[in-house]
Amino acid sequence: MSKTLFEKIWEKHVVDTLPDGTIQLYIDRLYCHEVTSPQAFAGLRSRGLNPFRPERITCMPDHNIPTLGQEKPIEDPISRKQVETLEENAKFYNLTYYGMNHPKNGIIHVVGPENGLTQPGMTIVCGDSHTSTHGAMGAIAFGIGTSEVEMTLATQCIMQRKPKTMRIVVDGKLRPGVTAKDIALYIISQMTTSGATGYFVEYAGEAIRNTTMEERLTICNLSIEMGARGGMIAPDEITFAYLKGREYSPKGKDWDEAVAYWKTLCTDNDAIFDKEVRFHAEDIEPMVTYGTNPGMGMGIKDCIPAMERIDESGRISFQKSLEYMGFNAGEPILGKSIDYVFLGSCTNGRIEDFRAFASIVKGRRKAANVIVWLVPGSWAVERQLKEEGIDKILEEAGFKLRQPGCSACLAMNDDKVPAGKYAVSTSNRNFEGRQGPGARTILAGPLVAAAAAVTGVITDPRDLMN
Amino acid sequence: MKEKITIITSTCVPLPLENVDTDQIIPARFLKATTKEGFGDNLFRDWRFDKEGNPNPNFVLNQDIYKGKILVAGKNFGSGSSREHAAWAIGGYGFRIIVSSFFADIFKNNSMNNGLLPVVVSPEFLSEVFEHVKANPAMTLTVNLPNQTITNNTTKRTEYFEINAYKKNCLVNGLDDIDYLLSNKHKIEEYEKTL
Repeated sequence: MSKTLFEKIWEKHVVDTLPDGTIQLYIDRLYCHEVTSPQAFAGLRSRGLNPFRPERITCMPDHNIPTLGQEKPIEDPISRKQVETLEENAKFYNLTYYGMNHPKNGIIHVVGPENGLTQPGMTIVCGDSHTSTHGAMGAIAFGIGTSEVEMTLATQCIMQRKPKTMRIVVDGKLRPGVTAKDIALYIISQMTTSGATGYFVEYAGEAIRNTTMEERLTICNLSIEMGARGGMIAPDEITFAYLKGREYSPKGKDWDEAVAYWKTLCTDNDAIFDKEVRFHAEDIEPMVTYGTNPGMGMGIKDCIPAMERIDESGRISFQKSLEYMGFNAGEPILGKSIDYVFLGSCTNGRIEDFRAFASIVKGRRKAANVIVWLVPGSWAVERQLKEEGIDKILEEAGFKLRQPGCSACLAMNDDKVPAGKYAVSTSNRNFEGRQGPGARTILAGPLVAAAAAVTGVITDPRDLMN
Repeated sequence: MKEKITIITSTCVPLPLENVDTDQIIPARFLKATTKEGFGDNLFRDWRFDKEGNPNPNFVLNQDIYKGKILVAGKNFGSGSSREHAAWAIGGYGFRIIVSSFFADIFKNNSMNNGLLPVVVSPEFLSEVFEHVKANPAMTLTVNLPNQTITNNTTKRTEYFEINAYKKNCLVNGLDDIDYLLSNKHKIEEYEKTL
């Protein structure tokens, strides 16, 4: 029978099926960060259990990590304790651990792929909704809660219902100045934040196939923002080339065997999805959000929708959202003054994002009214951008690099946007207070962020491109 | 063993907003604890309190006329992060049931793993509850988990709600997935031989 990519991997990981259809699913890889794991380890301990398959678990702190002064202990005692708790748990149970300031530390969703820990055909979970990122390599990867982290620690399995399948096809070719982030924000704006709830998404089509590995990571990262459990892209030569030679990638004969298997991981021609959606790459403009969820996005030159265009049941929320943002229905946001720019996160904290940002700011100067936080997704990204001389370009334009971590994406460390201030952010959520209490977030890709950083206002990056 | 859920009749707390995300339920800066306790104090923190920590009188949790074990919210409740702290905050505050016309996936799982029952109702049922509770905050809802029904006791309107048999059994008996998985460990070891 013809199968989708999702079904091929899922079925291979079913340990048991209960009479009501609940699945006991085997997990190949568990990633743990410091925020969602302490209670899981405590639960394990209170049951008198040890991790069942410690070799399948990788731990690193990322959410609380300061982006300045990582050489010193974390100042905030509660943050420090959370990070130390992860370290103690990892050491106690002999789990792989990349601590703060370790050369392999970084945001877990950046580190997993760059070390070859994430591979096609795997099932991957982490107590973090952006685990969907890893689906870009042809894996089933999704976020779970702490109870499920504990289950995975204890048994390497979780209990799941099989999600429905959806294919999102993006045909055609992207216009210049349009990035992977714009594809994702466009799709979410069309689907709404709950439009893919209950589904696991496969992205396909010419525009998707033509993306680089890092662009795919950005697209899959944002799957959760339309409610999808995860998103995935069939592995191909781009995936294999990215993985070859990475630390945890198979080597020698094992590599050849792995690639032969990975090549079978694609949706069969006549396989049936529960839902199919199609978009055209030519319709996608550089995107920005204007509201307080990632579905409230529009082309950078568009106007915020007028109230009449909003469903009656959603008008209270829409109005509340615009009041929070200090915007009016029906107005454009192009040209609006902004206060902060954040480049980073598991969405846009990779080397290609820094290259894109640098391509706009090269030969220009940081706008005087803007505070800019440039936060590499990992130390590996930081080393790479120094190797390429990107740090010099940034410095000449008046920017400073910070140290890796989740940073202002969710402001658990000191990188908080003050109340009422506008931040153009390459992260993934513009929820109220996400970047600090009262902070106003405008989500965008690295080119729009760079254009805002040098002009101080919302600017179409295409106006600054040659 | 978790607290069991069978039949609960209670007044309810209305939150007629859509897309209430996990950052509103419990902001990230309160996620730094290493235990599950105390999150209820910061439930809906930035809506419930002002910058100085004073209660916002316009927010429903600060209005004494609204109380109970049932939270009723607009569609797509719990979107966003996978933080189970959201379920701990709602449970920690004292809610046992959340009623909405639509829940985000991960939040729904997290709730059920913490003895907190998400009940999906039709948009009509939901808007009727919002209207009635506004007119009469003392109105009650009855949730019968064994029968999978929810009743608006003002109108006697009753709806059937879906929950899979496995999760229902866990909630009714206060069991969790780990108890089940540990009892099934031999199958995991058998499975691993095929890898």
